Amino acid sequence: MITRIRSRFGPEIVAIVLLVLAFGFSAFREPRFLDAEYLFDRSTLYMEAGILALSMTFVIIAGHIDLSVTSILALVGAICTTLVSKYGLPPVAIIFIAPVVGGALGALNGLLVSKGKLPSLVVTLATMALFRGVAQILLGDHSLPMPKELVGIHKIQLPGTYFHIPMVLLTVLAVVAAVVLHGTVWGRWVTALGTNAEAARHAGIPTGKILIQLFTLSGVAAGIGSMLMLSRLGVARFDHARGLELDVITAVVLGGASIFGGRGTIFGTITALALVGVVQTGMGVAGVKAEVQVAVIGLLLIVSVLFSNITARKRGR
Amino acid sequence: MKKLLARRELSLLVAIILIVCVAITLQPRFASEQNIRSILLWVPLLAVAAMGQTAVIITRGIDVSVGSILGLAGMTTAILLRDYPQLGVGGAAVIGIGLGAVLGAINGGMIAFAKVPPIVATLGTLGIYRGLTFIVSGGRQVDDYQLPKDLMNWSLEGPALLSKVPFVNSIPWVVWIALLVMILSHLWMTYTRYGRDVYALGGNPDAAALRGIPVNFVTFMAYVLCGIGGGFAGVLYASRYGTVNPSGIGNGFELQVIAAVVIGGVSVFGGTGGAPGVALSCLLLGVVNVALSVLAIADTWQMAIYGLVLLIAIIADERFARSARKRAGEAV
Repeated sequence: MITRIRSRFGPEIVAIVLLVLAFGFSAFREPRFLDAEYLFDRSTLYMEAGILALSMTFVIIAGHIDLSVTSILALVGAICTTLVSKYGLPPVAIIFIAPVVGGALGALNGLLVSKGKLPSLVVTLATMALFRGVAQILLGDHSLPMPKELVGIHKIQLPGTYFHIPMVLLTVLAVVAAVVLHGTVWGRWVTALGTNAEAARHAGIPTGKILIQLFTLSGVAAGIGSMLMLSRLGVARFDHARGLELDVITAVVLGGASIFGGRGTIFGTITALALVGVVQTGMGVAGVKAEVQVAVIGLLLIVSVLFSNITARKRGR
Repeated sequence: MKKLLARRELSLLVAIILIVCVAITLQPRFASEQNIRSILLWVPLLAVAAMGQTAVIITRGIDVSVGSILGLAGMTTAILLRDYPQLGVGGAAVIGIGLGAVLGAINGGMIAFAKVPPIVATLGTLGIYRGLTFIVSGGRQVDDYQLPKDLMNWSLEGPALLSKVPFVNSIPWVVWIALLVMILSHLWMTYTRYGRDVYALGGNPDAAALRGIPVNFVTFMAYVLCGIGGGFAGVLYASRYGTVNPSGIGNGFELQVIAAVVIGGVSVFGGTGGAPGVALSCLLLGVVNVALSVLAIADTWQMAIYGLVLLIAIIADERFARSARKRAGEAV
């Protein structure tokens, strides 16, 4: 039984152990880590990454990658704030427009990957530049304000608790994602696609359609993430979330999703995201520079893939 | 095959001529000596880095850390020259290029031997090398007055031998260096055994292994080359700009390099393309870059244009590959 759990959920167990270790070490060095209010306050910084990581888990399990999500996030923010500031759209409308615009941009990726038979890596590398570039054309080096009534969603808490609205949203979405991934036919199809795309196609799985849906989903997640980020920061800028794809991909891969596709869990992704958050917060408290923090996350990404490669080889795969 | 490649180079040449014509018509100032000079200074950095990336992409890989390699190597070279001027420009340049090779070898080792996917390995080192750039520099920049004049002169003066020849005498050293790198890369990729192995590996990795090509070693070396190119470009960066800032140097440069390689006809499906096409596409990007600034199109358009052109190049490649497959299928 125990060995079965260990062999099936090995990477997730490693993520949990690392999370406990990192948290223990940080709490030992910095007592503030034991203060719930402080932790919940810090956690607001990671909700956008969390939502992106949920959809990225699906994309990576399917054997693909989406580097453009953070650019979609920036572009959606630019479009929404431009619509409000320049074209007088009612502010509330952008909450609904954001996921739609994000989904449309994601669908473009999906079409290119699915119909164009192009590798997702290079397609999303190109659209990563294209989308952020369009955001830069729209905003230049300036920033546009988020409508006042939409600012500060992360400061609204469930009565009597420290749970803020973005965290509630992420929790609900994570549960939905876990059910979809592990408990629906579509989730099995995504996994099958990542295990062996050719076999999946021969088994009658609509692989082309699933790819478009996956990248659209990724765009929708970026649209939602964009609203959260703008609400938190109060303004839209073209360089929002630049480089955040590293955190997102690290969380997914560290959480046990195989970069070669076919394996992964939502639980692992969320655990690893918490780990990334704890490590970054810990370094921030210790006065480590942002650029060096990025280096550590990069190292974490590489080590996690190296580790899973070695264990996979041991098992003789 | 040769015909197909020639077509890409021809279309790049036509594109360059078209853009030059349009730019001159709209703004005659485009043809001024100063602008030609800024194109000539812009291209070498990109071309030198792109040669290594060419080998990587031909093997179906990618190296997104090249901008950070450029940054770390350039920063280290600048710091060495500031603190140990007795090393001389040549000595520091060799160390910078050697450092690039080591950084590339780290990427290559993980990818070829530990089977880490290229995007994961180089996305990781993109962050790591940038962080190291900060650590070695302590977050402080090196200013041009702290660097020896000799280094700057690479970007200002041409070889003494050519000083009497009109026109040619105004071409600075960096251009000659880049030309030499491009010619050597081309010869190497075309006529040496290793070069042919790179194409064989990219064309069909399984067949290459069966034919006894040392697949892991060839892959490893492609990333080492990419590191050397990045390191060399870092040295040229220090010469070109003089001021070397740890967060500025090479940041986002990987996009330009990858765009140059793919637009230059190196298919992301591996196995095709080469130095002449990439050299022309570097020139194309240089011309576009200077044309944009001369025509007073805001800098803010640059990234979107790169992304769009890259996307078009990828789609064109795929159409191309598909029709080639079809033709091959009909022949059989």
